[in-house]
Amino acid sequence: MAAGSSDKFSVLLPTYNERENLPLVVWLLVRTFHQSGNNFEIIIIDDGSPDGTEEIAKQLEKIYGSDKIVMRETISVLFSSGTAYIHGMKHATGNFIVIMDADLSHHVSLYLIKQKEGNFDIVSGTRYKGNGGVYGWDLKRKLISRGANFITQVLLRPGASDLTGSFRLYRKEVLQKLMEKCVSKGYVFQMEMIVRARQLGYTIGEVPISFVDRVYGESKLGGNEIVSFLKGLLTLFATT
Amino acid sequence: MTKLGQWLCGLVLLGSAWAALALAPPGLRLPAPYRQALLPLPVYLLVAFGCYSLATVGYRLATFNDCEEAAAELQEDISAAREDLRRLGLRF
Repeated sequence: MAAGSSDKFSVLLPTYNERENLPLVVWLLVRTFHQSGNNFEIIIIDDGSPDGTEEIAKQLEKIYGSDKIVMRETISVLFSSGTAYIHGMKHATGNFIVIMDADLSHHVSLYLIKQKEGNFDIVSGTRYKGNGGVYGWDLKRKLISRGANFITQVLLRPGASDLTGSFRLYRKEVLQKLMEKCVSKGYVFQMEMIVRARQLGYTIGEVPISFVDRVYGESKLGGNEIVSFLKGLLTLFATT
Repeated sequence: MTKLGQWLCGLVLLGSAWAALALAPPGLRLPAPYRQALLPLPVYLLVAFGCYSLATVGYRLATFNDCEEAAAELQEDISAAREDLRRLGLRF
């Protein structure tokens, strides 16, 4: 079914030390949904952040109402995206689920139009097609990104241009089904979701997104990350 | 079948075809010039693929969009958000 007025969108926001960015993301989401007139809720899953993220989330809940902002805390160390989504989905009352990062790297825009267009099960944001792109990356970072994506395309032939992105819209039942099947951690998990979705015959639409990197200065992409990416990729290659 | 499985099947298929034609077991004999041309084929294909990869990644790197507008828009949005949130009573 294409998105209509009876639809509700649950936005899952896993956070760790996002005290500064969280209110901004929430404000942008609220504005976006008010403009589109869609029913929504924002579910914040905090990993026991020491910087007061939880406190600010509670303030936001007071301001916007607890039907709109749902604050759930997970106290665990270094949870992976998968765990956060599982926790988040338990509280989601919408029939569409939006997954995005809370650090403002995803320019908040709507996938709803795309979903309506093609009635897709999944809408995935891509930095590599159309007028999608990045801001704040140097040549080396871009090269690694394109190189990794190329290898992924050759090995997995996934039918989607951006696999490591984490700005996506899923139908709730589709996400639940995929969560059961996916076993990887971290961003390999995001890749596995798309690959399995293809195998299960779900339709995937793509939307160009702009990834504005504000944290790149702090977190360089090191050798370790690259090695673990390759390990994850080869695991997917051998098991899917 | 897994992707690895598909690759292995493909390689076995092409590999045995190449071995049969180029390495010339007694039962199957192609004229010498053909066999000589086929022999280095795997290496040629690897090199060709290598060149294709370099060219593709290079092209994609060069055409990787820089989202200046998105970054500027984000800055504006952030200012608007901070103002409005302050007005609504958020203590940063």
